Amino acid sequence: MSDIFGIHGEALELRSRRMGVIAANIANAATPGFKARDIDFNAALDARLEPDRQTLQSGGDAELRYRKAVMPSLDGNTVELGQEQVAFAENALAYSATLSFVQGKVNTITRALKGE
Amino acid sequence: MSVPDNSAPTLFSMTQRAMSAQLVRMNAATSNLANAGSVASSEAEAYRPIRAVFAVELDRASGLSQVRSDGLVRSETSATKRYDPGHPLADESGHVFEAPVDETAEMVEIMESARQYQNMVQALQTAKQLMLETLRSS
Repeated sequence: MSDIFGIHGEALELRSRRMGVIAANIANAATPGFKARDIDFNAALDARLEPDRQTLQSGGDAELRYRKAVMPSLDGNTVELGQEQVAFAENALAYSATLSFVQGKVNTITRALKGE
Repeated sequence: MSVPDNSAPTLFSMTQRAMSAQLVRMNAATSNLANAGSVASSEAEAYRPIRAVFAVELDRASGLSQVRSDGLVRSETSATKRYDPGHPLADESGHVFEAPVDETAEMVEIMESARQYQNMVQALQTAKQLMLETLRSS
């Protein structure tokens, strides 16, 4: 897949994973002791594009980092809803952008195949 | 409470569980409010407020953390003893026991849980829209 879509195929999958992780943070905003997590997008994408560098394992739990709370609450929960909302919005926007790059590639190839 | 779900968590199942957990919490706070001011003739019979307990359930494969609603607990606060000999429920010494419900705290609990419910709905809408766009782009 990466041959056709270049960086965007991996990026789209990673954006989708990050969306799940941030949604999990929002879902656990009221769970005592829950530690908010996030994916460092740049580091994770680097690891996926150059797996032989082995700076970071890709997939599963390995890409997740704990978020540093500005003000952790008394019950040990480190979710800050404002932060999560901003991260979710930013991630959704980037997902959209990456998706349109992928669509552009698909269109280009389709046109080439059709010979229009 | 709900059917155990052994399938891998998706964004949808995660949101659904979070939303139902918030509903459990809201219902608990509402029944506390409904029982505010209720009176009993002994300490043991008096209504004590209930609270929903949430726990994290981590799925290692996907790294997604789901919410599990671990049921309800009764709070340990003791009932308020009030001297009211004319009350039909008063005991021999003329005391009645009132439910120790803090109305303000319950209202805040309901507001917070409604906000978090809304938050989940919003996140789900965004995610769903992105997924639809991805599906339609083929």
